[in-house]
Amino acid sequence: MPAPPRLAFEGVTKAYGAMRAVDDVTLAIEPGQFVALVGQSGSGKSTLLKTVNRLIEPDAGRVTIDGADVSDGPAPALRRRIGYVFQNVGLFPHLTVAENIAMPQRIGGAPVDVAARLDQVELPRELASRSPAQLSGGQRQRVGLARALAGEAKLLLMDEPFGALDPLTRDALGRRVRGLHDQLGLTTLLVTHDMAEALLLADRVLVMDAGRIVADATPAELLAGRGGSIADALVAVPREQARALAAMDRE
Amino acid sequence: MSDALARVPELLAAHVLLSLSALALGLLLALPLAVWSARHPAVARVALGLASLVQTIPALALLALFYPLLLATGGALPALGFLPALLALTLYAVLPILRNGVTGLLGLDPAVIEAAEGVGMTRRQRLWWVEAPLVAPIVMAGVRTAAVWTIGAATLSTTVGAASLGDLIFAGLQTQNWPLVLAGCIAAAGLAMTVDLILAAVERGLARRRRWQVRGALAVLAAGMALALAPLWPVRGGDTVTIGAKGFSEQFILARLIGDRLTAAGYRVRYSEGLGSSVAFGPVASGEVDVSVDYSGTLWTNQIQRTDVPPRPAIVKGVADWAAREHGVRLLGTLGFENAYAFAMREDRARALGVSSIADLARVAPRLAFGSDVEFLERPEWRSVQGAYGLRFARANAYHPTFMYRALASGQADVIPAFSSDGRIAADKLRVLADPKGALPGYDAILLLSPARANDARFVAALRPLIGAIPVETMREANLLVDRDVDKRSPEEAARWLAARLRRPRASP
Repeated sequence: MPAPPRLAFEGVTKAYGAMRAVDDVTLAIEPGQFVALVGQSGSGKSTLLKTVNRLIEPDAGRVTIDGADVSDGPAPALRRRIGYVFQNVGLFPHLTVAENIAMPQRIGGAPVDVAARLDQVELPRELASRSPAQLSGGQRQRVGLARALAGEAKLLLMDEPFGALDPLTRDALGRRVRGLHDQLGLTTLLVTHDMAEALLLADRVLVMDAGRIVADATPAELLAGRGGSIADALVAVPREQARALAAMDRE
Repeated sequence: MSDALARVPELLAAHVLLSLSALALGLLLALPLAVWSARHPAVARVALGLASLVQTIPALALLALFYPLLLATGGALPALGFLPALLALTLYAVLPILRNGVTGLLGLDPAVIEAAEGVGMTRRQRLWWVEAPLVAPIVMAGVRTAAVWTIGAATLSTTVGAASLGDLIFAGLQTQNWPLVLAGCIAAAGLAMTVDLILAAVERGLARRRRWQVRGALAVLAAGMALALAPLWPVRGGDTVTIGAKGFSEQFILARLIGDRLTAAGYRVRYSEGLGSSVAFGPVASGEVDVSVDYSGTLWTNQIQRTDVPPRPAIVKGVADWAAREHGVRLLGTLGFENAYAFAMREDRARALGVSSIADLARVAPRLAFGSDVEFLERPEWRSVQGAYGLRFARANAYHPTFMYRALASGQADVIPAFSSDGRIAADKLRVLADPKGALPGYDAILLLSPARANDARFVAALRPLIGAIPVETMREANLLVDRDVDKRSPEEAARWLAARLRRPRASP
């Protein structure tokens, strides 16, 4: 099994007009890390994520995977080495579940074992011949995850992957993603606005605000109040909720 | 009647070939343009703007516009016939396909496009595997619209000399043969509906992703086309000739007369009918038409652009020399009658006003209405007559030739430029006004052979008996058989009637 890659941002900047969506971000994600990138809407976290697979080209700075600049070579070749899951899933509506999952093979990759991929994301194999319109939201996102991993990618990018799901589905899918990360030996970057999700799933949490990284800590450090004021405010919400729930439980 | 309907299969084949070629070419043009437009908003604005502009031009005008455009290529491309019709109809087919293609591509779910990019598809893979299948049903709806438009508009291609079901409609209108008009309409509408039904099945198949339905419907379409085109399949050993005819009865009759003789001589015969009078010479010169009947004065004034009016034999000689020298076209000879412009009035009206010549007419013209055919007001002969006599009418209206006589009979028009070989002059008891100043040239009917046929001995031998064989009285009677309102005959019948009454050839030519 090939080793998980190292991902690095060096002075990455992206502006839309006068607004700097990403402002001179430099950081490295070590091989095998599960990193959550947290921030409010408009903080620039999705923009930063998309500079990795070049859905967005930065104005300045560069992104490297294992030291190689992602902007070297054609974008499609880069993207085939990266798993990408996003909130709206984007299953191809004219193809079956199996054809969606096997897409990495069709565009020039290695053969895909659709049944094994369905098992991986805990979907029944009978779904293979269904069309995406016949699936529930959670099932669709699982198919999206299976498609993202079918090309044997070692780097997984997830952009609000659970945003549109109900809490139960969300929780189950989050655990499955974390399980696959460990099992397959991935480097994972997860963008989310939900601090609780980040704290529960990630090894390391980055907090982004107005295009800059304002906190970079482990979940334990953040909970201990060592992430700075913006991070504290974000951590406070789930902490208060948890306390309130615990108090109700005791009554 | 049945003779005319016998042309339906051949014309249907020509119609299918023309309209579906235009549709295919339109697709070829519109699809890449739609993809390009969807990627670049500026291109979309220009492309959709131009396509919409084309759509606002009436189909007839679009066809007419390609004539001077192709003429400007200096003979490199044929200005009449299949090509201008194909080009005009192709432009017509572009808009609905382009518009639906752009709308479809821009309306795709952005998440699907993001997924296609994210998974690592190249632009080409995205286009073929994602965008094309998703947009196909919408494009197909545009193709259906384009097909119906193209098949309908193709009936107008008769006017630029491309054979189509429009030939039946125009010929029927000319000879007031309404069943013929109806036959043309029903055949064209039936074709449009059939093609639309088949394409609707393709569209449904695409929308429901039923590959067998798409393939089945396309197979039916292909089979239907092959069947419809059967009359155009080349027949071995047959030497096919095309006979040109302008859009009036005399020309239809003479074309059949020539056709019957050539058929008897072993040629396979096609007709190219309904050409505008002043452009009909072009296809003979280019060889698209092998033989046609024209009129010396028409070529003298319109093609050679002469304004002097020498005696009739001098005009014929002048035209013969010019046609041979400039175009290699052979003037085989005169048929024996003249079809001149003849200013005609109702006998009672002429007597009451005391008019017997165009000079007399000029005195009273400011109180009279002039009813002309569509062409005459634009022709040099009209300017020549106006100049010579100082003619000025209270008003001038243009009619289809058939309705020109009606207007005269009903009193809507006081004077018309009739044709001297027209049977209706005698039948309607019209007075033909003298031309004392000789403003109008002679219009001897002449037989023109294309360069390729000029020295074809068998061809010439088959047609030579027609030279000098048709006196004007005989031609008038034949014309009246077709033009009269009761007991109408078809041009085919009139041609057979005429063939039996040809004047014996002179002993030596």
